[in-house]
Amino acid sequence: MQIFPCPFCGPRDETEFHFGGDAGNIRPDGADVPIDRWADYLYLRTNPKGTAREIWVHMNCGEFFVMERDTVSHKVLSSAALGGEHAA
Amino acid sequence: MTASRLATGGSAIDRTRPIRFSFDGATVHGFAGDTIASALLAGDVAVVGRSFKYHRPRGIWGAGVEEPNALIDIGGPRATPNTRATTEPARDGLVARSVNATPSALADRNAFLDRFARFIPAAFYYKTFMWPDWHRFEPRIRAMAGLGKVDADWTSPGTADQINHHCDVLVVGAGPAGLAAARLASGAGLTVTLVDDQQSPGGSLGHRAGEIDGKPAAAWIAETIAALASAGQLILPSTTAFGVYDHNLVGLNQRHPDGRPDTLWRVRPRQIVLATGAIERPLPFANNDLPGIMSADAALAYLRRHAVLVGRRIVVATNNDSAYETAGALAEAGAEVTLVDLRRDGTPNAPANVRLVKRRALASASGRLRVDGVTLDDGTRLDTDCLLISGGWTPTIHLFGQAKGKLAWSEERAAFLPGDPVDGIAVVGAAAGAVALSDVFAGAGTVVASLGQTKAALPRSTGPEATGGILPAWPIPGSKGRIWIDYQNDVTVKDVELAARENFVSVEHLKRYTTLGMATDQGKTSNLPGLALMAGITGRTVPEVGTTTYRPPFTPVPLASFAGARVGELMAPVRRLPLENVHRANGAVFQEYGGWLRPAHYGGSADAERSIADETLRARQSVALFDGSTLGKVEVIGPQAAAFVDFLYYNTMSTLKPGRCRYGFMLSENGVVFDDGVLVRLDEHRFVVSCSSSHVAAVHARLEEWRQDRFGRGAVYIHNATSDMATLTVSGPNARKLLEALDLSLSLDDADLPHMAVGHGTYAGDEVRIARVSFTGDRSYEISIRADRAEPLWTRLRQAGQAFDAVVIGLEALMILRAEKGFIVIGKDTDGTTLPHDLGVDGPRAKRQTEFVGRRSLFTEEASRDNRMQLVGLAVPQGEAPLPTGAHGIKRIDGRLRSQGFVTSSYQSPTLGRPVALGLIERGAARHGETIDIQHLGKISKATITAPCAVDPAGDRLHA
Ligand SMILES: [Zn+2]
Repeated sequence: MQIFPCPFCGPRDETEFHFGGDAGNIRPDGADVPIDRWADYLYLRTNPKGTAREIWVHMNCGEFFVMERDTVSHKVLSSAALGGEHAA
Repeated sequence: MTASRLATGGSAIDRTRPIRFSFDGATVHGFAGDTIASALLAGDVAVVGRSFKYHRPRGIWGAGVEEPNALIDIGGPRATPNTRATTEPARDGLVARSVNATPSALADRNAFLDRFARFIPAAFYYKTFMWPDWHRFEPRIRAMAGLGKVDADWTSPGTADQINHHCDVLVVGAGPAGLAAARLASGAGLTVTLVDDQQSPGGSLGHRAGEIDGKPAAAWIAETIAALASAGQLILPSTTAFGVYDHNLVGLNQRHPDGRPDTLWRVRPRQIVLATGAIERPLPFANNDLPGIMSADAALAYLRRHAVLVGRRIVVATNNDSAYETAGALAEAGAEVTLVDLRRDGTPNAPANVRLVKRRALASASGRLRVDGVTLDDGTRLDTDCLLISGGWTPTIHLFGQAKGKLAWSEERAAFLPGDPVDGIAVVGAAAGAVALSDVFAGAGTVVASLGQTKAALPRSTGPEATGGILPAWPIPGSKGRIWIDYQNDVTVKDVELAARENFVSVEHLKRYTTLGMATDQGKTSNLPGLALMAGITGRTVPEVGTTTYRPPFTPVPLASFAGARVGELMAPVRRLPLENVHRANGAVFQEYGGWLRPAHYGGSADAERSIADETLRARQSVALFDGSTLGKVEVIGPQAAAFVDFLYYNTMSTLKPGRCRYGFMLSENGVVFDDGVLVRLDEHRFVVSCSSSHVAAVHARLEEWRQDRFGRGAVYIHNATSDMATLTVSGPNARKLLEALDLSLSLDDADLPHMAVGHGTYAGDEVRIARVSFTGDRSYEISIRADRAEPLWTRLRQAGQAFDAVVIGLEALMILRAEKGFIVIGKDTDGTTLPHDLGVDGPRAKRQTEFVGRRSLFTEEASRDNRMQLVGLAVPQGEAPLPTGAHGIKRIDGRLRSQGFVTSSYQSPTLGRPVALGLIERGAARHGETIDIQHLGKISKATITAPCAVDPAGDRLHA
């Protein structure tokens, strides 16, 4: 079982986390967003081999954060709080 | 008698503590410290089990976890099937029986199967029972299949402990390599955990000659353990490291002599040191599976640990040096020993009193229930009562392999050794291919030094040193006779050849086609010979064939260990109401609803239907009290709170005035209705999200996600106050009158507190929040009070209610009341495709100009389809019973039935005296008045599509 670093709590067991999707999957706003763009946002996932940037949530404290990890070696490379990086 | 207990010796046994147990109904005598296997051997029990497929008689092969043959079931209240006799401690009074044998291993009535062996080769089942139908054969084959049996007398020993543990260094294996590594690491000031699967430490030093630092091995072991213990290090005997998982988590299975359930340890060491030793391999020759044929090293272990001499006229066959010590020790113990060595050159000298035959291999063994002779490859026949085999050593690199460590083939050792290092995992000793003690210690020293510590002196081997010379002896294609590769699963050389002929040449295919290595022993003795044979057949090298994937567990682990405390009610704990005990005392019958344990109805469990109908009717007639504490109460606070709820809700919420409530939907980004409920605006910057009871956690997580991702921490704060407060609901025509009987310190006048408004008062000094929100269609007040003060208020409400014939209702009555009104329950009256306009709420979709979750998905082709399923009411012809929930509305297209939706909620309405139902029906909103066919379990009935609301469509009762 993996150890993930919650930016708020520190290193914790992976069973306490939920996956929250690809990081950088920016939501396109508006009722007139091209439908292909919207479909990509909803359903298209990069599924990289190697380094991946992902959103995770630590269920215990509620922190959503960006984690970089290697999908082959399962090494965790970094984690950082969202901190409203996409704030409107 | 052939095998016997010697009068003296045996380092593991305590002759002052004799024990007795039964095996296949016969009494077996032993001593404390015996394993079941050593006691059976001491009693000269040769046949201890039957093979999986052919029911061949089988004897004890090994002395440890690698044992493929001696599987036994332990009976009684602590029954365990398929344990290994070689690792199971013998205990007084224990009841053991052989597996796959009826009535006993010695006299198995299915032994005849072996005579049909050539008709049932590998894959026989796949090929034979296909026609006409596998299921015709399955029951009888199933009855024959499997090994041990679960005992009906089994009782749970309680919950298994699970322990999380951290240390600097975890050393797996307390043989010479592990002891040395642990001692060096401890000396360097590191925290060390040392685990070993045997009852006492020492590993091979427990039965092989060794002199360390000028002391006998036993003294050095004792001294090392004492040093570790005094340094406060954790030493776990009878504990197997069974798996290495992501980020080097190690799973340990700890067994307890007192019968407690096994403990599961989850260890997170900074460094893993694998000192797991090596396992001796069999040699290939005809009938190499007969009882009385065993591992040479195991025979030495039984001799030195348990004082058991395994035979009188012993033949030892080997291709390496390790069997020489065994042969010498057996001769010294009084046996007549012939040592047959495959090699011509480089062999050690014959030990004293041992007859050495060089350059000869075994061709075959003979005997029926026990080996009685062997024939060499030059035709020489030797009589024997015990045949010992050393076919070389397979390093135990399973844990390294599980950690995705790559293996490297060593021609010199004829074995796979650990290849490129894996972060945080080091392999030492025989597992790394070391043979001489001096090499073992040097390797341990290098590993500990690499942790950046210590220049401590290594232990020094001062006695004779083992040597590693070996001439590989793999199974040869086309060999005569039946040569076993996998004892437990009855895989022979011919089966591997068959697999190769049918092109199952990949090692993973070989495994699955022949079941090689798939038995409970996971091929610890058979995998390498099997793949070496495949290499020979296909003209490849062993590393070209490669190994199968190593997966946990290394040895079986009881499921109870993994379950730990998560059994029974703790498997999925229910959430409980603060007033649960009060409801119980009032005759509530509880059920689980969406994770909450709630009163289904009152009046005890007899005649539930009548109780529910009575509660429903009286709720409409006068006034009902209901515990709605499970209702979500998630507060949204902050300068951006209004913009936030606008974004989260389908409906515009920022226009809500403080002190008012509004019903709305939350959508998922794909437009589907995720939750519904009332939003309360307490003041300019403070809202309360009342979400569905079973959705609170999900809604809360969703609010947090958007807050952190889109709005920012300074803009909005979210607090889940659901369990802080109890919510008691008063509903019905007399609701206001009942509340007026209480002193709540607020005006209940409809001008001050109209429908969909919220007011603040106090009860007995505590603040109460009263929301006029209705899920019944009647005038309703939801009173929220801090949870620990709810009981007096509830009691007071019941007391005041007596004057109005108030009724306490459970969730079942509430479900009927809301269905009569056409109020939906998300997930029951909607599914994973339901969009808000399917429920008749099209306003925001048509008019909203601001952004909200799921918006774009409401304008797709799919969302605009004109034949979408829409929420409707369904009425049945007079006198008919309620429609079954889940029944389909059907129509005929080209003579074939097709679904056009389904019934989502259906009840007998006490208010109307007829059934009411809700459903999702294609184009339903435009088809009110139309009668359709409803099909359930092949029966067709009629229903008329109506508006969802069946009671008080004008909504007058909300204000009555
Ligand atoms: Zn956290």
